[in-house]
Amino acid sequence: METILEILNGLHPEVDFDTCNTLIDDKIIDSFDIVSIISDISDEFDITIPVEEIIPKNFNSAKAIYALVERLMEE
Amino acid sequence: MLFTTYRFIIFLLILFVMYYIVPKRFRWLLLLLASYIFYAYAGVKYLIYILATTASTYVISLRLVRIQKAQTSYLKEKREELTREERKAYKAAMKSRQRKWLALCLVFNFGILAVLKYGNFTITNINGLLQLFHTGKQLSLIGFALPLGISFYTFQTMGYLIDVYREKYPYEKNILKLALFISFFPQLLQGPISRFDDLKETLFSEHSFEFRNLSFGLQRILWGFFKKLVIADRLLVGVNTIVHNPEEFKGVYVLVGMFFYAITLYADFTGGIDIAIGSAELLGIRIKENFERPYFSKSIAEYWRRWHISLGSWFKEYMFYPISVSKPMLDFSKFCKAHVGEWIGKRISIYIASVIVWFTTGIWHGAAWNYIVWGLLNCLVILVSQELSPFYDKFHGRFHVQHTFWYRLFQVGRTFWLMSFLRTLDCYRNVGLTFKMYGTIITKFNIMELFQGGLMQLGLTISDYLVLILSVTLILLVSLTGRSGSVREKLAARPMLLRYATYFAIFLAILILGAYGVGYDSSQFIYSKF
Repeated sequence: METILEILNGLHPEVDFDTCNTLIDDKIIDSFDIVSIISDISDEFDITIPVEEIIPKNFNSAKAIYALVERLMEE
Repeated sequence: MLFTTYRFIIFLLILFVMYYIVPKRFRWLLLLLASYIFYAYAGVKYLIYILATTASTYVISLRLVRIQKAQTSYLKEKREELTREERKAYKAAMKSRQRKWLALCLVFNFGILAVLKYGNFTITNINGLLQLFHTGKQLSLIGFALPLGISFYTFQTMGYLIDVYREKYPYEKNILKLALFISFFPQLLQGPISRFDDLKETLFSEHSFEFRNLSFGLQRILWGFFKKLVIADRLLVGVNTIVHNPEEFKGVYVLVGMFFYAITLYADFTGGIDIAIGSAELLGIRIKENFERPYFSKSIAEYWRRWHISLGSWFKEYMFYPISVSKPMLDFSKFCKAHVGEWIGKRISIYIASVIVWFTTGIWHGAAWNYIVWGLLNCLVILVSQELSPFYDKFHGRFHVQHTFWYRLFQVGRTFWLMSFLRTLDCYRNVGLTFKMYGTIITKFNIMELFQGGLMQLGLTISDYLVLILSVTLILLVSLTGRSGSVREKLAARPMLLRYATYFAIFLAILILGAYGVGYDSSQFIYSKF
């Protein structure tokens, strides 16, 4: 989880990623941010996030992104 | 069949009556029949293309689902026997099989679009090169006509197939229902490019007659006709006068042309979408909105999230993400981080995907270099703004102007003019001429020309200008009111007398002020050409 928070804070230091759960819904992160996040996650965790997983539910909060990473690592 | 014809009004009227007469369970079938009749008016021969798209998509979706089912049952059956790696390898092999079928269908359908829409453009460019190298050879042009709406229904259908491949939702088992989704008449010629999961529920469910649907649908159609006939078609005369006579109308007139075209395009495209959404609403069917007050956007990126929303989101989901997060692209990004630098490595996938998406967005709008340059300039502005965002953040942090009315107005004005500037590429004959005309804004600028009779030379009379000022003010007021909720809901809460007086006034305005008098002709919708 700390790595995810580090990646997110690197993009938007002004956002409180511990509490925010409307990152997509409130347009806090955009499509460019999502690509950066996926690229960093793929570097850090050595996983590929399939394009069909790019849905608001999976990127609305740091917790949701973490859950996605955990699930993909288990698969 | 164009929306702005008496034929369409009669067609809609007959369909509306029949729709609520036939038993509910057959209503979607009636819609399918009506949609094909609507499309056949453009030319019966064009039906072959839409039928080919429907049939190929249905057959391939069956293939995809068969593979998906086989995979599920195999993995279930061998749950205990297979190791994690074996399961992974099996899934990858099945995905690869699906990918081949998907690619086949994409190549077939985008191939039809490419040949019909871009065949002659490619041949003309090849001929240009052959001439440049003095080969003495020239290729002959293809004689196919472009079926109306092909860009819209091809994108909508391929979006559906990709979603089935991604297992986003179950495939449509009934080919006739799939055919209706692809050919649903209100959105066939100029969108919106709907998603199957957004439309299927409302399209196939059994609707009863509701007065509210009739009232709201008619209002929306009236509003669309008002925008198209009173504003767009009137103002188009001024735009055409300026852009078709570049030797005569330079300098300040180019700015006037930009401004006129921005309003024309907005009134034309949103008017067409209003008629599409309103026509569907009459039948109890809800189509998703395609605009969210785009001219109030504070940046180009925001503008593109609010203008032609269905096209922007199509490109994002089916092109930008698949390219930018693909394995080869991420590997390339990693390579760049290690060998060229962190800065480039972090951006390279976004840059490459953006250029491809904007090139395609440009060429989607038309087979001409004007559109390609327009698309790439949009891309450039978006990427530059993205890079400048840390400076903007610093500026906003220091001066705290971000939430003031005047600063927001400046941002909205800047976006409007920047977009209008780029969009002028739609208008002039070619890219060279457009840039030459941009140049005259500086070299031949004389604002006084306009007030010394210049505005009266654009094919518009004083009464036209008055009608335009009042109509555009009305649209602006409606847009401003719409920021705090649906204008129609607000109007519905008003006394009946006021409501009907408003509808009647708009109806009267269309009849009296609609641009179909002498010298005018209700023109084709601009987006239906794309």
